[in-house]
Amino acid sequence: MLLCQTLRLFCITTAVQRKNVGASGPEKYTEAFIKKQIEEFNLGKRHLANMMGEDPETFTQEDIDRAIAYLFPSGLFNKKARPLMKPPSEVFPEQRKIQWGEDGRPFHFLFYTGKQSYYSLMHETYEKFLNVQKHQDQLIAEDLPLQKEKRNLAGSRWLTKIELEEMLLEKVSDDDYTRFIQLLQKLVALPCADIEEKYIQKFSKEVPVQLQKVVIEPLQYDERGVAFSTGEGKRKTARATAVIYDNGTGKITVNGIDILHYFPVLQDREQLLFPFQFLGRIGKHDMVCTVSGGGRSAQAGAIRLASAKALRSFVTEKEVEFMRQAGLLTVDPRVKERKKPGQEGPRRKFTWKKR
Amino acid sequence: MLRSLKGLVCRSLRLDRGCALHTAARDGLSSVSSQDVPAERPRAVFHTSESDPAKHTEQHEARLYNIPLEEVKAVFPHGLPHRFQQQIQTFNEARVMVRKPALELLAYLRGSNFAHPAVRYVIYGERGTGKTMTLCHVLHYCSRQGWLVLHIPDAHLWVKNCKELLQSSYKKDRLDQPLQASAWLKNFKTSNERFLQEIKTQKKYMWGKQESTEEGRPLGEVVEQGLARVRSATDAVGVVLREIKQQSHRGSFRLLVAVDGVNALWGRTTLRKEDKSPVSPEELTLVHNLRKMLRNDWSGGAIVTTLSQTGSLFKPSSAYTPQELLGKEGFDALDPFVPISVPNYSPREFESCYGYYLERKWLQHEKAHTEDGKAELRFLSGSNPRQLDRLAGPL
Repeated sequence: MLLCQTLRLFCITTAVQRKNVGASGPEKYTEAFIKKQIEEFNLGKRHLANMMGEDPETFTQEDIDRAIAYLFPSGLFNKKARPLMKPPSEVFPEQRKIQWGEDGRPFHFLFYTGKQSYYSLMHETYEKFLNVQKHQDQLIAEDLPLQKEKRNLAGSRWLTKIELEEMLLEKVSDDDYTRFIQLLQKLVALPCADIEEKYIQKFSKEVPVQLQKVVIEPLQYDERGVAFSTGEGKRKTARATAVIYDNGTGKITVNGIDILHYFPVLQDREQLLFPFQFLGRIGKHDMVCTVSGGGRSAQAGAIRLASAKALRSFVTEKEVEFMRQAGLLTVDPRVKERKKPGQEGPRRKFTWKKR
Repeated sequence: MLRSLKGLVCRSLRLDRGCALHTAARDGLSSVSSQDVPAERPRAVFHTSESDPAKHTEQHEARLYNIPLEEVKAVFPHGLPHRFQQQIQTFNEARVMVRKPALELLAYLRGSNFAHPAVRYVIYGERGTGKTMTLCHVLHYCSRQGWLVLHIPDAHLWVKNCKELLQSSYKKDRLDQPLQASAWLKNFKTSNERFLQEIKTQKKYMWGKQESTEEGRPLGEVVEQGLARVRSATDAVGVVLREIKQQSHRGSFRLLVAVDGVNALWGRTTLRKEDKSPVSPEELTLVHNLRKMLRNDWSGGAIVTTLSQTGSLFKPSSAYTPQELLGKEGFDALDPFVPISVPNYSPREFESCYGYYLERKWLQHEKAHTEDGKAELRFLSGSNPRQLDRLAGPL
């Protein structure tokens, strides 16, 4: 099947490489080869669908993955080492198909520059640039006002060097990349660049703003009409949920037990106090929390995070921003580090003996 | 001239401090200095000048009253909590808060009929809520009223950490504790001097082969005997208890038996005999005699006891109800009793305690003077008196 053929191909490749030291890079595939692989993949997909008793027409890639995992169960840790069946476009890296015809004559006119895609891209971009300038001159000649709509550069970024390499399917050096970006920036700086908007959009990407992702839930009301909100928090292995009620007296219950009994240590109670004290709402809310896992300090930290998240609903956005900057809303990423073989602990080495 | 007058003013203000209506004083002094007078007013809220517990009513609730230091030495030679004693030394005064459980107990005591058998009161509550202080308040009242006070400061001290155990000469299978007995006799002597002369023995007691106390001798002699001969101190204690119990119903004096940590009498001990077998509380003479006192087969007084988890042995730290701490045996022995629960500080009491610390400049931190600081203290201590005391210490 497809898998066995792939394996055979790779074996041959390495054998070839060992013989010809001069051969650079992996073997290039012809277009016909790729086409054949696609046909074989589709055929194999239909066979697999038949085997599994599903409809071949509506057999998606997820179904294929599930079927392969069922038919060839593997206990290997590395997911990439397990048996897989993917469309050839994913398996064979996008490479340039062979650029010259039967007679040895290259297709592209810039082939002998060595970086044909890069130079053709530069030529294209400069052509657009000249276009825009001509349009601008036309407008000046006709005494029409130049459009001055500025592109919003704040939320976008140019392609990175790696992304450009993927697009052009050939290596791009740092200097070349810089020159290309400079050219793009010059193009965008012109007032009438809106004409080539579509072309420029190919090379720019959106950058999502950080804070927009966080959504603060609104307050909920229970049967008595008292406003409450919930929050979840975690620290090390402890998980906690907190429900904060409005119009309270500052009473806090953890797993049904008063905090004075559940946390006899002052340090833990101080951790619980922190969000309320920061917002100045010490005696105003009641809290009921449940917590499990972890140790006493981890549980206290988890409840602190949960209560801070729940308090967001009661508080203005500015104060939420203050809380975030104070570190009340961030999950503490520190967990126990794994012990390494050859060492006594995560960092501690065995005692060094001179002899 | 003005300076000396000011000095006089300050002294006279201090003498009648806490008076809610310092009329005459204020009128006379308003012309001289106005800075001291506003400082007195906040003090009036949580202090009371009523230093006789007999006159304490709900009006005085959540306020602190002063016990003169000489009385403290006379009435409480032992029995005040250690931290409170340190506080007395620091502040140079003994201020006790008047709280609801104590007022309740005082009301019961006032209304009790002394012809009936003695009523037993058990003060219980969580750790650090003020049970021992309530007991001390009641003790103060009784000693002011002229009762004979039999105060065992901590029964746990008799069932653990005893260095010497002697076999009792009176009964073969019981064990004596000379050190604890003599310490207690010494303190008993300080607190009840006049009764020791008044009460006379009703039987002849033999101390060993040669010494004896005749009938009709004052009880003071028995106490002296116990203090002089340490070996017979435990028996002396037993004699004292017996005599007092027998004579209390006559009516010449009222008897108050105050035991702190009464759950020690029915629990287990950490003591071991010489053959490493554990000692049960009945085998200790002191405990045996005390248990006889706690039976309500006598009249003419009251029994006030406190449960205590802090010094108790082999009991979980979350136990605080009478059932858990006394066990079945103790509960049956003390049944029937009047339970009195002592809760954490109410908001008013908390304000009062906080104000007292502020006034005595015990809270030095700048933030502690603010409202936020007060809310923080309230949250962190959970309105528990002991926690608040420990928190306020380093501040």
